[in-house]
Amino acid sequence: MAQIFHPGMKVVSRASIILFVIVVTVLVVVGGAMYRSGYTTNVGNPREQKVPFSHEHHVNGLGISCAYCHTSVEKSAFAGIPPTHTCMTCHSQIWNTAPVLEPVRESYRTGRPLEWIRVHDLPDFAYFNHSIHVNKGVGCETCHGRVDRMPLTWSVNTLHMSWCLDCHRNPEKYVRPKSEIYSMTWKAGTDTAAGRRLVEEYDIHKQQLSDCSICHR
Amino acid sequence: MRMIRTRTLPGTRRAIALAAAFGVFAAGCTDMYDDARIKPLQESTFYADGQSSRPLVEGTVPRGSARTDEHFTTGKINGKFADAFPVEITAGLLDRGEDRFNVFCSPCHGRLGDGTGMIVRRGFPRPNSFHSDSVRSKPAGYYFDVITNGFGRMYSYAPSIPVEDRWAVVAYLRALQLSRRVEAGALTSAELEKLSR
Repeated sequence: MAQIFHPGMKVVSRASIILFVIVVTVLVVVGGAMYRSGYTTNVGNPREQKVPFSHEHHVNGLGISCAYCHTSVEKSAFAGIPPTHTCMTCHSQIWNTAPVLEPVRESYRTGRPLEWIRVHDLPDFAYFNHSIHVNKGVGCETCHGRVDRMPLTWSVNTLHMSWCLDCHRNPEKYVRPKSEIYSMTWKAGTDTAAGRRLVEEYDIHKQQLSDCSICHR
Repeated sequence: MRMIRTRTLPGTRRAIALAAAFGVFAAGCTDMYDDARIKPLQESTFYADGQSSRPLVEGTVPRGSARTDEHFTTGKINGKFADAFPVEITAGLLDRGEDRFNVFCSPCHGRLGDGTGMIVRRGFPRPNSFHSDSVRSKPAGYYFDVITNGFGRMYSYAPSIPVEDRWAVVAYLRALQLSRRVEAGALTSAELEKLSR
């Protein structure tokens, strides 16, 4: 009986097996890199907004605290985006004819809200609450980076689960004194003794922090 | 008063990345990133005004915020500003007041309360110093009222500072005013030495 496959097929079959492995590996590596890259996470990508609000100017230039505008950060899950009333508290007097602020004035006149593009969009299957973090010694800067250096706002962290867990497993490396929550320049010391003391003081139950149900409720 | 829109692009990119990495097994995984739940201030295609947050019916009183106590919620007793505090003055209250004062008041009034905050230096009309005789002589309830309803060019801070925090700010304001007018004889020798250093 004649051979079904030509002897040359031996090469083809081997090559196809190798090629298959290579293609799958490349896809996994490229896909994984894409998933973590700024292309997908938007990390480091300044969002264009209708009003080019500069945190750099307001925080660094004027010394306004995060809590001045994000008023619900210490008691609510949502840090809060200020009402137009807050902008107009100063801008009724300062830069009150600047064309760049016309959408703000229009919003105040008409009562129609300003629209902002969300910079941090956590997946809906992850539970997150600002107040518990702020009240347990996690500073704004730990997650949001040097907002005081952002002329337009961008995100500096992926919000991936591995990133959350890094702190949930080692809170002592990140927690800070409560007086430094809104500080943009606070740095943790090299040894974690101070951090461990704070973890104890804040009554942070480290062993539960990586339970699934803490974030997936 | 504010709306936030979510950009859908990253979701698409996430789906492509996941599909590349895990093939068909990941198809549909990204649906759960954005479920039907509405996040605070998110835009809405359902309501005509485009907002998911519904405006409150006029006269809505949040639970626990009924204005049953005139002194506590208006700073007045029988319609007149009261100088007494409706809350107990404690070190904790003063600390809270200092914190809130520095966040909300210091941009214009300055950390010392003399009216030379950064916003004033950038052109906002200068407010009276808290240490001037005319301002010092106002009753505590007056300050509470100014925070609540605004004064002159100052807008109301009622949306930003809850009632109990307003009293903490007023208490701290009194401490700040006192700090400039203490008789030397009222201080202990240790305090005097600390000041002269």
